[in-house]
Amino acid sequence: MNDIVISTFSGAIRAGTPLLFATLGEILAERSGVLNLGLEGMMLMGAFTGFSISYITGNLWLAVLAAVLIGGLMASLHAFMSITLRINQVVSGLALVFLGQGLSGFWGNAYVGMQANSFQNLKIPLLGDIPYIGPVIFDRDVLVYIGYISVPVIWWFLYKTTAGMNLRAVGEAPDAADARGINVILTRYVYTIIGGFFSGLAGAYISLAYTPMWVQNMTAGRGWIAVALVIFAIWDPVIALIGAYAFGGISVLQFSFQILQVPIPVNIMNMFPYIFTVFVMLFASSNRIKKLFGAPTALGIPYSREEKT
Amino acid sequence: MKIKFEKKSTKPSKMSIFISSLISVLIALIFLGFIILSLGDDPFEAYWQLVSWAMGTVPGLIQSLVSMMPLLFTSLGVLIAFKMKLWNIGAEGQFQMGAFAATWGALYLFPNIHNPWVMIPLLMILGAAFGAFWGFLPGIMRAYLGVNEILSTLMLNYVAIYWVNYLTYGPWKGAGSYNFPITAKFPQSAILPQYGSGGLNFGIIISIIMAFFVLYLVKYTKFGFHLEIAGDNLRAGEYAGINVKKLIILAMVIGGAISGIGGMAEMSGVLFRLQPNFSPGYGYTAVIIAWLARLDPIATIVVSFFFGALLVGSQQLQLFMQIPSSLINAFNGILLFSLLASEVFMRYRIRVVRS
Repeated sequence: MNDIVISTFSGAIRAGTPLLFATLGEILAERSGVLNLGLEGMMLMGAFTGFSISYITGNLWLAVLAAVLIGGLMASLHAFMSITLRINQVVSGLALVFLGQGLSGFWGNAYVGMQANSFQNLKIPLLGDIPYIGPVIFDRDVLVYIGYISVPVIWWFLYKTTAGMNLRAVGEAPDAADARGINVILTRYVYTIIGGFFSGLAGAYISLAYTPMWVQNMTAGRGWIAVALVIFAIWDPVIALIGAYAFGGISVLQFSFQILQVPIPVNIMNMFPYIFTVFVMLFASSNRIKKLFGAPTALGIPYSREEKT
Repeated sequence: MKIKFEKKSTKPSKMSIFISSLISVLIALIFLGFIILSLGDDPFEAYWQLVSWAMGTVPGLIQSLVSMMPLLFTSLGVLIAFKMKLWNIGAEGQFQMGAFAATWGALYLFPNIHNPWVMIPLLMILGAAFGAFWGFLPGIMRAYLGVNEILSTLMLNYVAIYWVNYLTYGPWKGAGSYNFPITAKFPQSAILPQYGSGGLNFGIIISIIMAFFVLYLVKYTKFGFHLEIAGDNLRAGEYAGINVKKLIILAMVIGGAISGIGGMAEMSGVLFRLQPNFSPGYGYTAVIIAWLARLDPIATIVVSFFFGALLVGSQQLQLFMQIPSSLINAFNGILLFSLLASEVFMRYRIRVVRS
C-alpha cells in the first residue's frame, strides 16, 4: 500500500513537471499581453529536438538546450505574427500547433523506436531519506528540481522586481507603460520567446525523462491542458505548481487503479485529465472569478501607438 | 527606421483575395519543398507524386473525392461558428461522435431494420444528434459561463477519441477481428449507395448538398444575418436585439450536427466499421479549409477537394518515397501562417519610415 501511495505521488510530480514548465512559460507570455495557443506545437518540437540531439550526441544538456532554443524559435514566429503583423493570435497559435505536429512527425519518423540517453533520478542527500516525502519529492531527476526552483524564482521576479512590474504593466495597461518609457513591443517579444523556451523544456522533459523515447504526437494534448492551467492558476506561478501536479496526479491515477484493480477500463481513465480540464474551466472561467482576479487586461490585443481601439 | 501600418480605405476585392490565397498556397508549397529537401529527397519528384495520381488519374480523382467528403462536412461544421468569430475546434470530436452514433445504430440499436430507406435516415439523425450534443456542451458553457470554446472543444475531442477507443478495444470489438480493435461490419441496410468499386458513394453527394444548405443558412436566413452581425461586433449584436447566448449555442449545435453527419457518412459510405484512428485529423484540417475558403460554403467545396487530393497525394508520397504523411500537417501550418500574413498585406499599406 505504501508503495502505491509513493508511486502515485511521485508519478503526479513526474507527469506534472512538463505541465508546470509549459504553464509557467505561458503565464509570462500572457502577462505581457500575448496569448500563445501554440504550446502543443512548441512542446512537440522540443520533445523531438531534445530526443534527436540526445540520440545523435549523447549529451543530455546539449539536448535540453536545443529543445529550449527550438521552442523559442517557434515562439518568435508567433511573436512576429501577433506583435509586429498584429494578426489574430488565436489563429496564429493554431498554425503553430499544426507546424509543430507536422515537422516533429516528419523529422521524427526516423527516430521512432530508437533509444537515447535520458535523465536518471538524482537523490538529494539527507532530504531524500525523509520517509514518504523523500522518495516522492527529493528522489527525482534534475529537471524536476529545476521545476521546483522555477516557481519561486518566477514569483519573485513577477512581484518583487522592476522588470517583473514592467512586464505586468505591459499586459495590463500598455498605453500607460508606453508613456512611462517601457518598450511595449520589445517586452512582448522577450516574454513570448521566453514562454517558448519553457515549452521547449517541457517537451524535452517528456522525451528525455518522463517517457524516454520519441513517438509522434507524444505530448497528447498536454500543451492544451497547460493553456487551461494558466486560467486555472489565475496567472500565478504558485497556483500553477499546485494545478500542474494535481493534473499530473489525475493522469497517473490509471496506473494506481490498475494495481488496486479498480474496474475502470484504461481508455475511460485516459479521458480523466481532459474531462477534469473542462470542469476546472467551468469554475475558473465564471465571469465573477474573472472579475475578482482578472486576466491581464490587454491579453490578446495587439498594441500600436497610432491605432487606439 | 520604423515600419508603419496604414489601414487601406477600401475593402479588398474578390479578385485580390483569390490571388493572395493562391500566393499563400504557392509559398506554402515552396516551404514544403525545402522541408522535403531537408531529408535529402527530391522535392520535384515529391510534388509530382503529390498531384499526378490524386489529380491526374480517374481512380485518383475518385479517391480524392472520397477524402473530400469528411473534410467538407467538418469544414462546413466549423464555418458556421467561425462566422461569428466563435473558435469551434471541436469538429474532430463531433465527427467521431457522429461515427460512434452511426455504428451504435447500425449494429446495436436497430438490428431488425432491413430497409435502407428507414435505416439510413435513422443513422443520419443519430449521427447529427450526437455531433450536435458534442457541440452543445461547449456552446452552453461558453454562452452562460464564458468558458473558452477553443479549450473546451479541444478537450472534448480527446474525450470522443478515447470513447471510440474504449468501445472498439472493449465491448464493441467484432467477433471475427481476433485482437484487432475493429467492430463488426455494418449490415447492408446501413450502407450508403456505392458507385463502382473505387469508393464513390452517395455520402459525397450529401456533403455537396450540405454545402448549399449552409450557403442558404448563412446568406438567406435570419440566423445567418445574425451570425454576420455578431461576428462583426458582439456588442453591436446585443444592441440590435440579438439573443447572443442563444446564437452561440445554435451555431455550435448546427455545426456539431453537420460534423456528426460527416462521421455517419464516413461510416456508412466509406469504412463500414468503427476502429480507432479512423480519422487522420479531418476536423483539424477543416479549420484551415474554412479559413482558406474565407468562410464561403461554395469555395469550401473546392478547397476541401484540394485538401482531399493532398491527403491522397501524401499517401502516395509515403508509399513510393517513404516520406511520412505528417508532412501534410506542416504544410497546413505554413499555409495558415502565409494566409494570415497575406491578410495583413491586403488590409494594410506597409511603409518603412525613417525616424
